[in-house]
Amino acid sequence: MTARRPLSEDDLQAYVDGRLEAARRAEVEAYLESDAEAARRIAGQIADRDDLRARLAAVAAEPIPARLSIAHLRSERRAFAGQRFGAIAAALAFLLIGGAGGWLASERWHRTPTILAAAPVADAAMVAWRTYAVEVAHPVEVSADQEAHLVKWLSRRLGRKLTAPKLDALGLKLIGGRLLPATSGPAAQFMYEDAQGRRVTVYVRPGGDAEPSAFRFERTGELAAFSWIDAKLSYAVVAQTDRDHLLGIARAIYQQYEAL
Amino acid sequence: MDEIAAEIEPLIPSLRRYARALLHDRDAADDLVQSTLERALTRWRLRRPGGDLRAWLFTIERNLYLDQRRRAVRRGPAVDLDSRGPFTDGAAGPERSLIARDALARLGDLPEDQRSLLLLIGVEELSYEQAARVFDVPVGTIMSRLSRAREALRHSVEAGRTTVLRRVK
Repeated sequence: MTARRPLSEDDLQAYVDGRLEAARRAEVEAYLESDAEAARRIAGQIADRDDLRARLAAVAAEPIPARLSIAHLRSERRAFAGQRFGAIAAALAFLLIGGAGGWLASERWHRTPTILAAAPVADAAMVAWRTYAVEVAHPVEVSADQEAHLVKWLSRRLGRKLTAPKLDALGLKLIGGRLLPATSGPAAQFMYEDAQGRRVTVYVRPGGDAEPSAFRFERTGELAAFSWIDAKLSYAVVAQTDRDHLLGIARAIYQQYEAL
Repeated sequence: MDEIAAEIEPLIPSLRRYARALLHDRDAADDLVQSTLERALTRWRLRRPGGDLRAWLFTIERNLYLDQRRRAVRRGPAVDLDSRGPFTDGAAGPERSLIARDALARLGDLPEDQRSLLLLIGVEELSYEQAARVFDVPVGTIMSRLSRAREALRHSVEAGRTTVLRRVK
């Protein structure tokens, strides 16, 4: 006779969900017959689950409203193209502004607030832009002709695989990059230039355990920034430009990092 | 291109049901589903190939819901998107809440993690692995949270009952 694995609470939960194979289910049933208190508890849990299902069954049976049809959403998306995305991003940016106090009160169970981690990255990136993008003689530490070295070096210092996003399609040429100090360790800055010599920087730093966030827009004077968090890195793209133009750049960067 | 619709559309009833259980209000729930679908379409090409579509969509939906809650909290108590008002499907008479609160009403007593967990596993029938992906925690953590959440929902019955008895007296 093979040694039986003792029953665990996980088995009881899988029993509630009807996800045990027959042999194990029989063992659980035998156990529940022998323990009235456990049987009462598990029966209550099953009743709750059935109750939830029954109360919500009607919703899933409703016909899907027209505004939720994929064909409809896709045609709308094509019609509004980037504009719509921009509006959503701007709305989110507006809505995400605010202190952390209220947020902290909102969740009993939740993890690190994304908002706290996201807010300073744009500020840091803007400060770095103001310091280096105006620089004529030494805008970067390592220039674009050594791109492979630059990327390797910054990746090693940040402990994460980075890339210098390709923004040529948007008329931006990589000039180079540098390592910057940040509160939680080093950050990386890539600098780009368009045909008119206007500079755009991409700032990246480890973002801790924060969850991915939406694009967040900020403007201070002439300087605009989109920032976001993804795959535990915080990003900010900074330039003296309008929101829609910057959003296009932010999306291109986001997609290239997603593909990494 | 219709293949995207063919993949997503069968899942919309589930996305709507989860949203409705979280938000109660039909329009607010469909707004959440719409945002979820919009984001899914925006990111369609960025989705992991061969990845789990159901888990992916519920992850997007839940994260959007959480964003929305944080926003509402920051705006102040006047906007309570997450009201625990009655679930208006006509099935619940006014006396219903006085007798025994059904599981859906009691669900409102629990924190969001527990509510989502019970809905996604118990109602939407996500596998434990899929739930682990949505919550971004190991499967073992899902199992212990699930047990705690179900207990919490049970206790909420008892708590609910005593209040009711006191009120009736």
